[in-house]
Formats: sequence, C-alpha cells, structure tokens
Amino acid sequence: MRLSPDEIIFWQHGFLKLNATIVYTWGLMLALAVGSQLVTRRLSMDMERSRWQNFLEIVVTGIAKQIGEVGLRHPEKYLGFLGTLFLFVATASLATVIPGYEPPTGSLSTTAALALCVFVAVPFFGIEEQGIRGYLTSYVKPTFIMLPFNIISELSRTLALAVRLFGNMMSGAMIIAILLTITPFLFPIVMTALGLLTGMVQAYIFSILAAVYIAAATRTRKSRPEPAPEP
Amino acid sequence: MDSMTIIAVASIVIAGITTGFGTMGPALAEGRAVATALTSLAQQPDASATITRTLFVGLAMIESTAIYCFVVSMILIFANPFWNHVIAQAAGK
Repeated sequence: MRLSPDEIIFWQHGFLKLNATIVYTWGLMLALAVGSQLVTRRLSMDMERSRWQNFLEIVVTGIAKQIGEVGLRHPEKYLGFLGTLFLFVATASLATVIPGYEPPTGSLSTTAALALCVFVAVPFFGIEEQGIRGYLTSYVKPTFIMLPFNIISELSRTLALAVRLFGNMMSGAMIIAILLTITPFLFPIVMTALGLLTGMVQAYIFSILAAVYIAAATRTRKSRPEPAPEP
Repeated sequence: MDSMTIIAVASIVIAGITTGFGTMGPALAEGRAVATALTSLAQQPDASATITRTLFVGLAMIESTAIYCFVVSMILIFANPFWNHVIAQAAGK
C-alpha cells in the first residue's frame, strides 16, 4: 500500500524524477491559472455578466470577507497569498472526483512546502507592518522569559500545519483504498463524498490559521485602547 | 522469539494502541467543544459567524493531536525504520 503519491513515478532520468505529486500539482496550477485567465479576459462592469465572472467574484469577495473577519485590517493586501493557499488546497481535494487522480496535498512534501510559505510569510508581513524592531519585540512580549516559548511555538505550529493537512488527506485516500478491498461498491462512494467535505474544511482551516498567524504578527501597538483624558 | 518477531509484534500492537488511545482524548474534547458551541449558538444566533469560525479553528487544533497519533501508527505499519533495518540485515546475510 502507498503512503503518498510520491511513490507513483511516471518518468525517471538520473536524479530527475517526475512523480504523481509534481505532475498533479502542475496540472492544478495550469487549470487554476488558465481558468482564471480565460474568465478575466473579458470582464464587464455593467449588469450583464458571464456566470463565470459571477462565480469568481463570489469566491474572491468571500475570501476577502473571511480574511477581514479574522482581524486583518486591509484584506486586499493578503488576498493574493491567503486566497492562493485556499484555492490550491480546495481544488486539490475537490479534484478527487476525477478518477485516477491523487491529491498532491496527500504528500508530506507538498504540505511542508505550503507550511514553509506560511512560516516565511508571517515575519515578512509582520516586519512590513511594524518594522524589524517592532516585530522582534513581539517575541519578548509579556516578559523576556517567553522568548524561547515564542520561538518554539513558531516552529511547532508550522509542523502542525504541515502534518494536519497531510494526515487528513492521506487518511482520506487510505480509508477509501482499504474500503475498496472490503466493501467494493457503496461505502467508498460515501467516504469519497465525506472526503470532499473534509477537504473543503481543511482548506478553510489552513487559510484561516495562516490568516490568524499573520494577524497576530501584524497587530500594531495602536490597537491598544487610548487612555481616557483626565477630566 | 527472535528480534524480528518482537519488532513485528511490537509495531503492530503499538500502532493499534496509538490510534485507539490517541483518538479517545480528542473525541471527548471535540464533543465538549461542539456541545458548548451549540449551546452558545442557541443562546446567541447573531454571533453565529464568529462562533462557527472559532469552533472550526479550535476543532482543527484539537483534531491535529489525533492526526499525529494516526501518522505515528501509519509510520509504524508502513514505513517502520526498525523493521526496514531488520529486513536489510536479513537480506545482507
């Protein structure tokens, strides 16, 4: 039994390997990029809109609204990063309805790469928002004793992001594979439908957690309430 | 029992125990979290968006502990380093 789509190898030459993870990731990237390019080629400003434009507008404004509700003040700034994370993880799990497809997020390499993107993006946005000094002092924030714990939590939440997504996707694929050998007809379909739901929930959670981490890093000191003026 | 049998038995048994006990705590915790969230949803339907979002994030945090246990037992069964070592030694003989 396979633990991840890394083990399906389509083409190999020397140390160059094309496994299923890379191929399906490229396929998803192509579908997402070409699809949105096709939709946004002819945008209309008046009431007459194509249904695909309506769909994309719903997706984009929905993601921006969710980011805003987490506590980030300018959602448009983070929309590119967080929206891409959400769309990639969501389409990776939604495409499991295609036969012969394995979600690339079921490989630890993909999820580790996504989690590393979050790991880099959090200090990036934090420094951009409050400067290097302001960001670094957030590590020693209630007291200096908390410094090692803050650093450990930074590392462990990256690990948790990667392993959570990997474990959910891998367990979904594995349960379907096991059920196919036990009860071949009906139950795998039910579990596939359940897998679509968990895939969407995981995509939501991954991007929301990234948004929460970025919001925690970019919280400026202005958010503290001003002391009331003396009467 | 030679060492090969001991490693095989220990891996299989511990893999089962890991998932069994490791999902017990998160299951109780998620049940409590969902029950409390339903109570507060019934009391304050207006705050449903905030409650649902916080609930999902919290459930993901709780669930990740169960996922860790699952990943550990999957490693024990399918990618066990000790077992691979024993196999490599047996092949080398």
